[in-house]
Amino acid sequence: MSNQTKLVPTPGQTVGPFYGYALPFEKDNELLAPGSPGSIRLQGTVYDGSGQPIPDAILEIWQPDADGNVVQKTGSLVRDGYTFTGWGRGAVGNSGIFTFTTVNPGPTKPGAAPFISVAIFARGLTNRLFTRIYLPDNDEALANDPLLRSLDPERRKTLIARRDADGGLTWDVRLQGEGETVFLDFQ
Amino acid sequence: MPEDTNAQLETDESVPPAEPKAAHLPLDRAIETQADLSAEINALGDAYARALKEGTPAETQPRLDYPPYRSSILRHPTKSLHHADPETIELYSPAFGHQDVHALESDLTIQHNGEPQGERIIVAGRVLDGDGRPVAGQLVEIWQANSSGRYIHKRDQHPAPIDPNFTGIGRCITGPDGSYRFTTIKPGAYPWKNHLNAWRPAHIHFSLFGTEFTQRIITQMYFPGDQLFPLDPIYQTIVDQDARDRLVATYDHSLTEPEWALGYNWDIVLTGPKRTWTENEALGAEGDEE
Repeated sequence: MSNQTKLVPTPGQTVGPFYGYALPFEKDNELLAPGSPGSIRLQGTVYDGSGQPIPDAILEIWQPDADGNVVQKTGSLVRDGYTFTGWGRGAVGNSGIFTFTTVNPGPTKPGAAPFISVAIFARGLTNRLFTRIYLPDNDEALANDPLLRSLDPERRKTLIARRDADGGLTWDVRLQGEGETVFLDFQ
Repeated sequence: MPEDTNAQLETDESVPPAEPKAAHLPLDRAIETQADLSAEINALGDAYARALKEGTPAETQPRLDYPPYRSSILRHPTKSLHHADPETIELYSPAFGHQDVHALESDLTIQHNGEPQGERIIVAGRVLDGDGRPVAGQLVEIWQANSSGRYIHKRDQHPAPIDPNFTGIGRCITGPDGSYRFTTIKPGAYPWKNHLNAWRPAHIHFSLFGTEFTQRIITQMYFPGDQLFPLDPIYQTIVDQDARDRLVATYDHSLTEPEWALGYNWDIVLTGPKRTWTENEALGAEGDEE
């Protein structure tokens, strides 16, 4: 199939302001039941270019399980409370804060820096943005990560979560300006 | 679904204005007119046309920085996107199947006790990747305004009637050939407060997954011949005419059903893929246990 003509991709458009009755679903941000063994809270705030939290963004996370396996199980939209599917969706609240319950992703190969893949949508954002949330715990793995190595130290920090006292993760999104999050282009 | 919708509405009622210029000011303070906005839109379009003539490659995606869409001004990254080679998890997509989506969720006209008002339509097409391979067994979600141009959403203040028989949400799982099909009502145009007398062309929001997470996209499908296209700062965030045309469905009489509904065809092409495919995937295996 490699000799086939490439098709031009369809353009994206903003998610707009009115996704709130359509995209969220029950337990959308609970990849694991809160409080279950191994579960952690992943939280953060989405800020605009003036440093204000924005109340109309929605994030998706997609990650390996705690052992670093890529999960290919259905059931994210109708969660049974036991199956870890690796994918979740969380709209921010009025103060721009999003929350997920998930597990620390494991390294997908020995020595790799574990990360969570993220897609961000918002009113006023004309196309989705991709980025990564790295776990902060393994300095050596972070130092050897190909993506992080290609970034200035100041910008690299925007992709690494903070470890909270309760074992959770905090990671903020800055769409613009000071401390602007590194967003990724895979093409 | 009704309970969930109500819960969401109550939450959203207390949402503070996100940006003073965007959507919450009284109309008399929105002093910028369509003529002002059209001048900006046309200037950006003209500059792009000149660049094309001078050999700049055609743009295929919306600009993140597109000032005529006022809400984008503080919400676009100012640094270039950083090129990355997708790794591990990014080369796979979450799996969805018939556990996630009921077959009836693709019909937006049967979610209540009665028939919704408006023009019944069928919207059908295929989801393909950049090599033309069907994206099989993947999730497609849509949402839209009703035939009067009103969303079931508290923050939609447009004084057009809510239709008690229409919510405007649909889902389906693509078939082995990447096909999807929704039965719905043609949405109306709706006014918004980007500027004075701003109207969105009729559209349906589409959310799509590919075989890799890097293919994830949310977009909007439009209807052919809409007179609002040149005036709409959101549609015009895509400055290339060929690229904009890719968001416009085609009227398709072979999809039209006698004495029932008009048919529109719209195919969606995702980026990529980047991953080396296994033979099973290349044959279009469904991402489902059934």
